[in-house]
Amino acid sequence: MSAPTTWRPRLAEGAAPVLAVLAVLLVALAFAGPAYSEAAGYLALLKRAAPLVLLAVGQYFVVVSGGFDLSVGSLVTAEVVVAARLVDGRESATGWVIALLLGFGLLVGLVNGLVTTKLLVPSFIATLGMLLVLDGAVFLWTGGAPRGALSSSFRVFGRGGVDLPVLGHLPWSVAILLAVLVAAVLFLRGGTGRTLVAVGDNENAVRLAGGRVDRLKVLAFALSGLLAALAAILLGGFAGVSAQVGSGLEFRAITAVVLGGVVLGGGRGSVVAAAAGALTLEALFSLLNLLGVTGAPESAIQGVIIIAAVAYAARGGGRRLGSRLRAGPPDPVRG
Amino acid sequence: MSEHPREPDVVVRLADITKSFLGVPVLRGVDLELRAGEVHALVGENGAGKSTLLKVLAGVHRPDSGRVEVNGEPVVLATPRDAREAGIAIIHQEFTLLEHRTVAENVHLGREPVRRGRVDRRKMEADTRGLLDLLGEGGIDPTTTVTRLSVAQKQVVEIVKALSTDPRVLAMDEPTAALADHEVGLLHGLVDRLRAKGIAILYVSHRMREVFDLSERITVLKDGAFVTCALTAELTPDRLVRHMVGRSLDARHPDRATPDDLGDVRLALRGAGNDRVRDLTFELRAGEVVGIAGLQGSGRSAIARAICGVEPFTTGALEVDGVVRRVTDPRAAVRLGIGYVTEDRKGEGLALRQSIRDNALLVRRAAFTGRRGRERADLAALLGSVAVVSRGEHQEVRYLSGGNQQKVVLAKWLAVGPRVLVVDEPTRGVDVGAKQAVHRLLRDLARGGVAILMISSELPELIGMSDRVLVVHEGAIAGELPAGAAEEAVMGLATGHGAGEVA
Repeated sequence: MSAPTTWRPRLAEGAAPVLAVLAVLLVALAFAGPAYSEAAGYLALLKRAAPLVLLAVGQYFVVVSGGFDLSVGSLVTAEVVVAARLVDGRESATGWVIALLLGFGLLVGLVNGLVTTKLLVPSFIATLGMLLVLDGAVFLWTGGAPRGALSSSFRVFGRGGVDLPVLGHLPWSVAILLAVLVAAVLFLRGGTGRTLVAVGDNENAVRLAGGRVDRLKVLAFALSGLLAALAAILLGGFAGVSAQVGSGLEFRAITAVVLGGVVLGGGRGSVVAAAAGALTLEALFSLLNLLGVTGAPESAIQGVIIIAAVAYAARGGGRRLGSRLRAGPPDPVRG
Repeated sequence: MSEHPREPDVVVRLADITKSFLGVPVLRGVDLELRAGEVHALVGENGAGKSTLLKVLAGVHRPDSGRVEVNGEPVVLATPRDAREAGIAIIHQEFTLLEHRTVAENVHLGREPVRRGRVDRRKMEADTRGLLDLLGEGGIDPTTTVTRLSVAQKQVVEIVKALSTDPRVLAMDEPTAALADHEVGLLHGLVDRLRAKGIAILYVSHRMREVFDLSERITVLKDGAFVTCALTAELTPDRLVRHMVGRSLDARHPDRATPDDLGDVRLALRGAGNDRVRDLTFELRAGEVVGIAGLQGSGRSAIARAICGVEPFTTGALEVDGVVRRVTDPRAAVRLGIGYVTEDRKGEGLALRQSIRDNALLVRRAAFTGRRGRERADLAALLGSVAVVSRGEHQEVRYLSGGNQQKVVLAKWLAVGPRVLVVDEPTRGVDVGAKQAVHRLLRDLARGGVAILMISSELPELIGMSDRVLVVHEGAIAGELPAGAAEEAVMGLATGHGAGEVA
C-alpha cells in the first residue's frame, strides 16, 4: 500500500463538473452585466445565494444518508411568517425569537427523522406530509396574509454586514455561510460524518458494525431543519415577509445537491459540491435575469437541470470521470 | 461416460477474445471451446476474467476484438437476446428470480405463452412441471411463490429457467456457492443429466473437488490471459492450482491450537435459544477456533446472528468473560468485543462505495464514538497486517477482488481488538491464494487470544481449520467432534444420523 501518498480531497469528490459549470457561468456573468465587472457584484451574488446554499448543505446531509427532505421550503415560509408575527417590529424580541426559530427548525427536523426511522414512513412521504402540514398551518395562522413585521436588528443578518480591515465589507450572510460550510466539512471528515455517509451506502453494514443507524438518520434531518431555520432568518431579512418566501425552495435545494453530483439514494458525493451546486443554480438564475428571462422559464430550466444531472450521474458520466481521475498511474494500454 | 464415443462437435468457440474497461485489459486473448455433451470447467483466481468471459458469452459485454462462432458460424452477440437466440443460456452467480412470483411465472418471465390474448397459465405451469420432472425435481410445485423455496430450490428454478429456452450451451457461474454439501450432490446429478442430453456445460467454480468430479476438460485463466485447456483426467489438483496461481500452494491449513494455546472461556452459551435455534450450550476459549457445521437451514448461521445480536437469543444465557450479558442488538455485541464477519459480504459486511479506509474504520467510528485518535497511524499497520492489495487506502472497496474485500472486513474488526470473532463463510467467493491468507489470519488471531467461531459449508475447510467441530441439526447441536474428524462423521450428525454411521 502506498497509503500516505495517495491522499486526495475526498470532500470535493465529484465536484469537478459542477465547478467547471460554475466557472463558465461566473465568466458569462461578467460579460452579461456591468454589475459583475467588480468583486462587489460577485459578493452580492454570494449574499443572494447564501440561503439556498444553507438549504443545500442541509439537504446534502439527508440525501447522502439515503433520504429526501421535501419540507424545507414550507419550513422556511413558516419560520418567516412566525418571526414577523412574534417580533412585530420590536427590537427587544429579536433575540428570543431567533432562538425560538432555530429550536423550531430543529424540532421539525427531529419529527421528520423520527417519523422516518420509528414509524418507518419513507422520508419522501414523511417530509411531503410535513410540507403539507406546515403549509396548512401557515395558512390557518395567517389567513393568507402574514401580519407583523421584522425588527431591523433581525433583518441585519440578511441585509447587513461588517466592515473588516483587509477584506472590506463582509455581509453577515456570507460569514454565516462560510462558517456553516467549514463546520460541515469538519463534521464530515470526522467519524460520525463518515459513518453518516456509510449509512447512505449500506445501512445494514453500519448496523452490524454497531452503529446507531436511526440516530444518525435523525441527526441528518435535524441538521436539515436547523439549517432551514438559519436560511429563513437570512431570507426574512433579505427578501422580506410573505407567504411565498420559501415556496419551491425544497426542489431548488434538491436540484442544487444533484447538480453537485451527490447521488440520490445516498453514500456518495461531497458537501462542497452540493454547496457549489446551489451557487451554480443561483448564478444561472442571475444570468437569465440579466438576459431578461424571469419567472416561469426558471422553473422549467430547473426541471431540465435536475433530470439532466441525474441522467448524467446514472449513465456513469461522473463515475467514469471520477474513476479516471482516481485510477492512479496511467495505464499504457489506455487510449 | 456415455456408451458410444462422441464426436467432439464444437458448439461454441471463442477465439482470441480481448476486452478492456477504462483502458484496463480484463481479457487478453482468451480462447474457449465448448463441445456438445461435455462439462467444461472454467477456473482462475478472482479477477482472472472468468465473469467477464461469461458476460461476453451472454451478450452483456461486447469483446473489443476476437471471434465468436456458434456451430462453426461467426456470430455477433451484441445483446443478451442474441445470445439466447444462439442457444446460449447463463446462470449467474446472483439469483435473478422475482421473489413474489410463482416458479412458473419466473421460468417464463418475458416469454409468457399467450392464448386468446391472455397468458396461458396452464401451459406455463405444465411446461415448468415437465422441465422439473425432467430434472428429477418434481418436488417443486410450479405454482409456489419463489420466496417459499430454499436456496437450493431457487438454484433449481434458475436452471429450469435457463433450460426453458432449450439451450445448447449452459454456463453456470459458481452454481454451488450458496448450496450446502448435500445440495451440491443434487446439483451434480442434475448436471450429469443435462450432459447426457448433449448440452454443453460451462462450469465456473472455485471448488477443486467439484471441478475434478464433474468436468471433462478445464480451461484456466490467469490475469485475463488464457493459460491452458487440458483434459481433467490429465491434471491433478496440485498442478491445476499451480496453473491458476502461477505457483504451488501449500494446501495444508495452518497448525491447530495446542493445549497451551487455550486460555480462559471468552464466550459461553447456557441453554440459549430463539425461534430458530434451541438449547445451545457450549463454551469458546481464547485461542481456539471452533467450527460449526450443518446443512443449509439447519440454524448454523442463526447461531452466529443470535450471538451477534442481529436476531438475539430469547431464552437461556450468554456469558462473555464469565459475566452474563444481554445482547439485544448488534451494537451491544460489538461493544462487548464480539465481531461478526457475515456471510453476505456485499449486503451486510461492506459499504461498497466507501473507501478502504472508511470501511476499515467503520466499527471503530460507529460503535466506539468518543475513543478517537491514532486513526491514521494504526490504519496503515492494520491494512498491512491483513495484506490488502489495493491502489491505496482511498480506493473504493467495490473495486477490490472478493479476497481483498474480505480482508477489509477482517481489518474492520481487528481495528477494535475483538475478544470473540464469529465468522460465517469467511472464504466464500474468495480465490485460492486469498483463502489461505484468510485462514492464516484467523489462526494468528486465535493465537493472539481471540476466540473464533467459524461457520463454513465447505467441509474440508471447516475440518482443516477447527480445533473442534459442533454439528448443528434442526436448530440444535447434534454433537461435537474433535479436530480432524472425518467428513462422513460430520455429515452423519448433520443429516440426523449418528456420528458413527456413514452418511
